Amino acid sequence: MDRMKRIPISEQEPKVRASNFEEVCLGYTPEEAMAEASRCLNCKKPMCVTECPVTIGIPEFIQHVKNGEFEAAAKTIAKSSALPAVCGRVCPQEVQCEGKCILGIKGEAVAIGKLERFVADWSRENNIDLSEVAPSKGVKVAVIGSGPAGLTCAGDLAKMGYNVTIFEALHEPGGVLVYGIPEFRLPKDTVVKHEVENVKKLGVNIETNVIVGRTVTIDQLFEEEGFEAVFIGSGAGLPNFMGIPGENANGVFSANEFLTRNNLMKAFKEGYSTPIRLGEKVAVVGGGNVAMDAARTALRLGSESHIVYRRSEAELPARLEEVHHAKEEGVIFDTLTNPIEILQDERGWVNGMKCIKMQLGEPDASGRRKPVEIPGSEFIMDVDTVIMSLGTSPNPLIASTTKGLEVNKRRCIIAEEDTGLTSRENVYAGGDAVTGAATVILAMGAGKKAAKAIDEFLSDRYHC
Amino acid sequence: MYKILGKRLLANNIYLMDIEAPRVARSCEPGQFVILKMDEKGERIPLTICDYDKEKGSVTIVFQTLGESTKEMARYEEGQYFADFVGPLGRPSEMVHEDIEELKNKKIMFIAGGVGTAPVYPQVKWLHERGIKADVIVGSKSKELLILEEEMKSVAGNVYVATDDGSYGFKGLVTDLLRDLVENQGKHYDLVVAIGPMIMMKFVTILTKELGINTVVSLNPIMVDGTGMCGACRVTVGGEVKFACVDGPEFDGHLVNFDEAMRRQTMYKSQEGRKILKKEEGDTHHHGGCGCGGDK
Repeated sequence: MDRMKRIPISEQEPKVRASNFEEVCLGYTPEEAMAEASRCLNCKKPMCVTECPVTIGIPEFIQHVKNGEFEAAAKTIAKSSALPAVCGRVCPQEVQCEGKCILGIKGEAVAIGKLERFVADWSRENNIDLSEVAPSKGVKVAVIGSGPAGLTCAGDLAKMGYNVTIFEALHEPGGVLVYGIPEFRLPKDTVVKHEVENVKKLGVNIETNVIVGRTVTIDQLFEEEGFEAVFIGSGAGLPNFMGIPGENANGVFSANEFLTRNNLMKAFKEGYSTPIRLGEKVAVVGGGNVAMDAARTALRLGSESHIVYRRSEAELPARLEEVHHAKEEGVIFDTLTNPIEILQDERGWVNGMKCIKMQLGEPDASGRRKPVEIPGSEFIMDVDTVIMSLGTSPNPLIASTTKGLEVNKRRCIIAEEDTGLTSRENVYAGGDAVTGAATVILAMGAGKKAAKAIDEFLSDRYHC
Repeated sequence: MYKILGKRLLANNIYLMDIEAPRVARSCEPGQFVILKMDEKGERIPLTICDYDKEKGSVTIVFQTLGESTKEMARYEEGQYFADFVGPLGRPSEMVHEDIEELKNKKIMFIAGGVGTAPVYPQVKWLHERGIKADVIVGSKSKELLILEEEMKSVAGNVYVATDDGSYGFKGLVTDLLRDLVENQGKHYDLVVAIGPMIMMKFVTILTKELGINTVVSLNPIMVDGTGMCGACRVTVGGEVKFACVDGPEFDGHLVNFDEAMRRQTMYKSQEGRKILKKEEGDTHHHGGCGCGGDK
């Protein structure tokens, strides 16, 4: 075996998977996982751990995998993370744990994400109980939002013995894990539901269909319902639009709407009532992971699918793995292209998109080269559906209904970096609600820090 | 799970249901709405709040059976449960935040079209409880489709009824009746609140613009989540894009782009129609094999 090379992992064939919603990556077998784990050098000062936002004991769990002690591996991970089956699948490991792996200097980094995923899947399939909880402290904490930040914060607090209730606005817990990331990257019924169940097993109560700011306010949670601290993990779910002419034509969607219909409401499945409507040629405007998810979903629904991005391929913000997968499946990339108007027929339906060619100019303040229009290069793209995937911002509902909760000019809640404490006493926040749209694992890291800070605060107050 | 405490047929195809939802009932204010999902496979359906009882913890909804989902909903009986019921959604009506003494000096006319009578009721009732008598025009296709007339009379000042076919009350459209009241009967109004089909609200705003009366409308675009995360319900108001579920549903009627809003409402129309056909007549219409061009 060549220590510098990864054990390959099996995937569905691109042609086959482009027409189904089954998971693309099939995961390691136990033998493959043990072989991959044996590549780990078990470093004395493991850099991989320092790059993990929730500081999983990576070499420790990998040594367990190497020895075939999968249950012990699962318990090691459970000390730091409540959502390993999710993170093993959707974290950008190449810029986190795997990015600092020593083997990556001369060869390929250890496949930490794939190993984490293997351990989580194995422990699910073998019904391993990971719910170790401290005795109840009898103190109530409310968590707003059941996405990665909220689930992590709630799970950690429950382990410490707090009575935690999560309030979720949608009918299903999971946040972006259920409405945003598609089945073919993150299976809902098996993986997501199970990880949410694990958090419930810790004693966390999840109340769905509660919109904080409308159904109940934060002040009511304190004054009428007896909560002693609140964590806001409400995410950044408000879609941005371009503001170009024709954007309200029939057949223009936000990526959030398109993905919510498909993932949460299961519009692609027979027997579900929510409709989804796509034309023959779909343009997804944007270059992030959400754009890749939307383009690959459109492809699976039977459309010709284009990514339209104003910079060049090198600047695509999406993970490389997702870009590769999208290309293999047949998504067409139209880079250095920017829409300037959406054209519509006499009945108001999209029948084309006027674009302009771009070139890269000087690097801007952030170091990225700025896209500049090439005069006179306008052309019409023949598409009949447009999906806008231009990023999202935090929903202002909670901030606007909570007195004394400060937000910055991007409508993000202002919170201390180390603790998540906001401008309101007893109110903490973390994840996309604070940072704007970022990653699952950063949200989890923020949830973790806030749980620790909430515990310190409440322990002081109640001497518990 | 949310229990159906009561069910009543108000008119042909129009149902009223009391739903047990204490959290929603406690926070309800006039002008807001809810979203209901019947079961695991159901879609999220935005619905009008017709009434609420904070002590009983119940919310009254009224719906008309139009598509597949509302027809299915009508088959639920008292004692059964809906899977999801979320709200109250949207902003409360502007009047909730206004000074009561100032409101008392205003002459307010509500114009309700068809099933839009239901969301008008809690607003008129809210005013009534504060000693303010608002007038109401209820428009209906015919006498048989008229709903909540007695309930409305018990909380409103004058209640005027207009039917398209003249089978009851004034014969003609709500706009004809409003014009008659203002121009021939010497009535004066400071504010009109119109709730009903988009086309009715559009023509009311055209008339009130001419008559110089401020007008509020409650928009009912397609919605998915109802919490501001998708933009399916976006409408153009005064040249700006607004999300009806969080910025509305009530807007200044004179600023709304109704033609765009009506066009967007039809986005799933043929899909909706095909589903009903499929259910009622079997698998006869898919793939556009009949040459009708499918859903294009």
